[in-house]
Amino acid sequence: MLDAAHGGDDPGAKLGAQAEKDFALALAGRLRSLLVARGMDVVVTREADVDLDADHRAEIANHAAAAACLSLHATLAGANGGPSVHLFLSSLPATKDVGLLPWRTAQSAWIERSIALAGVLNAALNAAGIPVALGRTPLAPLDSMTCPAAAVELALPPFADAHQASEAANAEFVPKVADALAAALVEWRSSESLPGRNQAGEPQP
Amino acid sequence: MIPRHQTVLLIVLLLASAAMGTVLWKQFRRAHERLLRGEATVPTEAPLVAPDQPATLMVANDADNTVEPRVLTLPLPQDSEARARALLGQLFEIDAAPDATHPVPGGPDSIAQVFLLPIPGANGKAAAEPPLLAVVNLTGSFAGGHPSGIEAETLTLRSICATLNANLPRIEQVRFLVDGQPRPTLAGHADLTRTYLAGPTEPGSGTRP
Ligand SMILES: [Zn+2]
Repeated sequence: MLDAAHGGDDPGAKLGAQAEKDFALALAGRLRSLLVARGMDVVVTREADVDLDADHRAEIANHAAAAACLSLHATLAGANGGPSVHLFLSSLPATKDVGLLPWRTAQSAWIERSIALAGVLNAALNAAGIPVALGRTPLAPLDSMTCPAAAVELALPPFADAHQASEAANAEFVPKVADALAAALVEWRSSESLPGRNQAGEPQP
Repeated sequence: MIPRHQTVLLIVLLLASAAMGTVLWKQFRRAHERLLRGEATVPTEAPLVAPDQPATLMVANDADNTVEPRVLTLPLPQDSEARARALLGQLFEIDAAPDATHPVPGGPDSIAQVFLLPIPGANGKAAAEPPLLAVVNLTGSFAGGHPSGIEAETLTLRSICATLNANLPRIEQVRFLVDGQPRPTLAGHADLTRTYLAGPTEPGSGTRP
């Protein structure tokens, strides 16, 4: 499940001449193509520049019962930092009680799987030479998702052009991130389909 | 025609009223200055600003998504709320500096107020020193000028919470307002509708010194 963050009246961050909402949609499209080409089923939260609230995004994710849920964001990199990726998970504490999940904190039953997913994503990005910062934060759509879920935020230099990655750094960096994420998701799905690993929560030690 | 003596009288009256206005304005200014001097020298009041003392500011770093302590010596007010506001003002001055590791425009005036309230229903602490909820009221111009991004916004909230707890350990929870109103997010990402924990994140994770 791929969630292009923001959209409609919510432009997200200003990435120079491009809005985060447009960048996120383009990135979701690129990643979806890469995943479909590898034989995976992909559900997206939006395919156009439309308003979508956090609850609706989580509903789409939860209805899909996806093996992995990624919320795609982008922000401006600091003046002295190169492009990098921020990988964020819900800050909810883990719970083993999966009987009745409150909507706002449903992710807590999945957080251990989300941490494992983030580990796979982090390893793939690192292998591609992409700097990664890991963090946890309360994030509305993530907190309500009943799937292994992470927010991927690309920190980029500003775009000079509204429609394409005309900046040399971004033209090289963004496809590299998409390739690494696709490789990680393929690896994740194969590990998910192993016997005994398709339940919420890690196997007990 | 207006008689000549009436014209003269009118001019005299105008001049007189202008002179009276000048005298009144000067008296008002002098009285105001006396008032200001008087307030600053009332001997029974505690000084508004205490001598310089060490303070720990938890400064954010965008490069590695961390919040690191920086100890400074600052003149800080005695009153806890004024103290909290001054500490956050100093933190935002660091963030607004040209060489900031977590650049956020705004500076010390970005904090409108900090209110401290006892946490309802909190127990396990001496009644004289109940744990506190800090309500941090940010200005709209600060939120409007804040960089938009999950990491950048989360770091700002983390550094505020950690700075408050490091210097005023009774502050265990923090809520945020913008221009006195609840706001969904800081700049599109970090959730401002919930209460943040400023102290140890897990219950029973050790006692503070
Ligand atoms: Zn975003």
